[in-house]
Amino acid sequence: MPQFLSFRDRQSEVRIARSRVFVATALMILMLFALLARLAYLQIVRHDHYTTLSRDNRVKIVPVAPTRGLIFSRDGILLADNRPSFRLQVVPERIEDMREALAKVSTVVDLTPSDIERFQRLRKRKRSFDTVPLRFNLTEEEVARFSVDRHRFPGFEVTASLTRHYPVGAPLVHAVGYVGRIDEDDLDGLDPDNYSATTHIGKIGVEQYYEATLHGRVGLDQVEVNSQGRTLRVLDSKPPGPGATIRLTIDTRLQAAATRALGDRRGAVVAIDPNTGEVLALVSTPTFDPNPFVNGISAALFGDLRDSPDRPLFNRALQAAYPPGSTLKPLMALAGLHYGLRSPADGTWCPGWFALDNDPHRYRCWNKWGHGRMVMREAIAQSCDVYFYQLALDLGIDRMHDFLDMFGLGRRTRIDLPGEAAGVNPSRAWKRKARNLPWYPGETLIAGIGQGFHTTTPLQLAQAAAVIASRGTLMQPHLVSRIETADGKATPTVVRPRRVLADLDPKAWDSVIDAMHAVVQGPTGTARRSAEGAPYEYAGKTGTSQLFGIRQNEEIETEDIEERLRDHALFIAFAPLDRPEIALAVIVENGASGSGSAAPVARKVLDEYFLRMGHSRRTAQNG
Amino acid sequence: MDEPRPVWQRMHVDPWLLLGLLALCGIGLAVLYSASGEDLATVIRQGTRMLMGLAVMVIIAQFPPAFFSRLSPLLYIVGVILLIILNYHGTGRGAHRWLDLGFMRFQPAEIMKIAVPLVCARFMAAGPLPPTLPRLLLAAILILVPAVLIAEQPDLGTGALIGVAGAVVLFLAGLRWRYIAGIAAVGLAALIPLWTLMHDYQRQRILTLLDPEADPLGTGYHIIQSVIAVGSGGLFGKGWLQGTQSRLEFLPERHTDFIFAVLCEEFGFIGAVTLIALYCAVIWRGLAIALAAQDSFGRLLAGSIALTLFVYVFVNVGMVIGQLPVVGVPLPFVSYGGTAAVTLMAGFGILMSIHTHRRRVSLFL
Repeated sequence: MPQFLSFRDRQSEVRIARSRVFVATALMILMLFALLARLAYLQIVRHDHYTTLSRDNRVKIVPVAPTRGLIFSRDGILLADNRPSFRLQVVPERIEDMREALAKVSTVVDLTPSDIERFQRLRKRKRSFDTVPLRFNLTEEEVARFSVDRHRFPGFEVTASLTRHYPVGAPLVHAVGYVGRIDEDDLDGLDPDNYSATTHIGKIGVEQYYEATLHGRVGLDQVEVNSQGRTLRVLDSKPPGPGATIRLTIDTRLQAAATRALGDRRGAVVAIDPNTGEVLALVSTPTFDPNPFVNGISAALFGDLRDSPDRPLFNRALQAAYPPGSTLKPLMALAGLHYGLRSPADGTWCPGWFALDNDPHRYRCWNKWGHGRMVMREAIAQSCDVYFYQLALDLGIDRMHDFLDMFGLGRRTRIDLPGEAAGVNPSRAWKRKARNLPWYPGETLIAGIGQGFHTTTPLQLAQAAAVIASRGTLMQPHLVSRIETADGKATPTVVRPRRVLADLDPKAWDSVIDAMHAVVQGPTGTARRSAEGAPYEYAGKTGTSQLFGIRQNEEIETEDIEERLRDHALFIAFAPLDRPEIALAVIVENGASGSGSAAPVARKVLDEYFLRMGHSRRTAQNG
Repeated sequence: MDEPRPVWQRMHVDPWLLLGLLALCGIGLAVLYSASGEDLATVIRQGTRMLMGLAVMVIIAQFPPAFFSRLSPLLYIVGVILLIILNYHGTGRGAHRWLDLGFMRFQPAEIMKIAVPLVCARFMAAGPLPPTLPRLLLAAILILVPAVLIAEQPDLGTGALIGVAGAVVLFLAGLRWRYIAGIAAVGLAALIPLWTLMHDYQRQRILTLLDPEADPLGTGYHIIQSVIAVGSGGLFGKGWLQGTQSRLEFLPERHTDFIFAVLCEEFGFIGAVTLIALYCAVIWRGLAIALAAQDSFGRLLAGSIALTLFVYVFVNVGMVIGQLPVVGVPLPFVSYGGTAAVTLMAGFGILMSIHTHRRRVSLFL
């Protein structure tokens, strides 16, 4: 027997070990039971719950931006389309140190401080796992540089997307508008789901007004992602519903002609089809190229536009309200006829001025020598102020207001463009409310020739001209003729005619229209020079809106007045005479006189319409 | 009386243990293949290490237990010295302290996993059992010195497991219940100062266990994703190579510490129970060897090796299913990693040695 065992109680040691192994085994069984119970709980009882969590882990819903609807002109020219471009975007969640990451990525892609500022702004409004755009319109070279090193930039990705483009650009910007990137102000009114993948939104013009139509419905891709958020495959896809195509009532040829006719002057032209209310041209000059706005215009370029004294960003066609001046006179004449205060043959003596009882002030006619005896036709053709002073006095301001209101003066036309001004159609109540002052009789006289408190937008004037042209039918002006959805459904814009002065004797309309014809094509008409040689008949009315009060008995030659202080020149017109197809309003800021500046613009627009666009010249006789 | 010994015994290999270990290695490699994203190179590397480990096991089994008993003080002292050096001059940071020997790098902590139970078993077997109090205190010092050194690295998990390996020897040696109760009381009382001494991340791990959702992207992420992987596996699993949690990389440490979650996700409750049953079989065989051992040294050592394996499995599985804090304890034979597998195999080599170097005379006692 080995001696080292001799002094030990081996039996007892074995017994102890046995009992300890027994205790340990019991303990292990208990612990195993705890493990298995937990396993069974997780894998059997809570299996569905964890299956959902596991699925939520790997399946992400990725919104897909719809393709924005196209915009076409009346003559089928593409005005707004979508072109492929590359952008750099970021998933903030995947970046630990954003500042460092931005610094790193800026070594391959140019980042301006404004890019970063905008990115930080947008980021606050998005969830951390949403993608946030950082740079738009990457150059091919930047895309290549980024792609080579893409592994160095986790959380960054370059995606191809469609970017808005305006092929015609500047001449239509005040009608079509443009889209710009969604900023914080835009986010407030938007459906966050439908816009979850959208980066741009209409900012002005049709692009803004028809945002909901053009935008479309967001698509949703169910994708499998790994823990880094990288998309591995698409599991299911609900494709986006593209935005609807919009066809405008605007004819690019007429629009271009009007833009050309205004040239480098500040002004506006609005042309409307009186039968339908379709806006054929809507021009405000100076104009500007909308394309730089789409992906963030540079501060310098925007500063130039914003600070230019010519205010190119201002849409004069509907945001600017000017005193209508003498363009109001045909409406005044109609009011005289309507209220039975005048017949066409009634005469007023014009000595060159007019005075009220108990008022030493002489209200001057533009012709200081006086027109002599004026009947309605001549008063309109020669734009005699005294005739309309007397008429205004006879009508009174409140009747004038009520009458002009029927032509839409002083209220928005509700055209399908944002930002329209209402203008002012004054009345006693208006003055009390707006100025808290009583109405003075002298103000009635001034109002009678479209000065003083009266202001109208070029659009309102064009609408008023259209109502005269159609002999009392007001068709709401509109820019969109048809909306075509992707499923092939086309919805034309339908405007219900509203009768104005339905009880007015048709002869009254005829006499005023005849007088307006005499303005351009009568021997004494104020605009006769601008109509020389026109192979078609049209009617018009010149106007001048005073900016600068000339004191009585003061002789000032127009040329001597500083250009910016000259009067605005206005002209309204429509043609042909019997069944008018086009009514328009022209304003040339500081153009000095309606006949000299505005009427020739209208002539050029009408020439384009009748001579080059091939519209009928049913009443053409002079040609 | 002179009947020939069975062939296995002459080769000093225990067929049951070998079979169990091979099965565990096989399952480990299959799960690793999936967890590594079907990377065959990783699987081959791990397979090579396992073969190395098996070779080490068989070689070690050729030496009699007395050899290890004699070797143990040297191994222990060298290990402690290396740990002290390492704590000042080691390469690597935190829980992954390596000693670079030029031709290979290894963790001295791995030596201590064997050395501590060896030296404890020798020390206990050298005196009367159950051990007297002075001997117990000496043994406690033997255990605590390396355990604290390793915990200092800091690798609390390994330090604690080495402590457990030594403690199991004392337990099997017949540590009196009143001492056990005393130690438990002292241990509980020590929790508070221990809490204040812990590193922030260690505290965080324990807090995270109580409420993983409190920090879902930080410390809680491991537990949340692991539990999702386990739970979504269900009864039968998503199928081999089909686990989305692991393959889409939601599961962290999926081929090392959290590989059990991959198994649970792909093979379900059935797979998990099967693997645990295999471990139990191996542990059971180890305990059988301990009970059949001819002397106290073999009994204590074999029992410690077998029970330590259970502790490893329990701690790892408990961590993966969210019952225990996240400690860096790999799943034996399944988790990817070289040194741990070799150390484990060496331990089982000693088990085989204890079982196959039996003196015939003992059969009649």
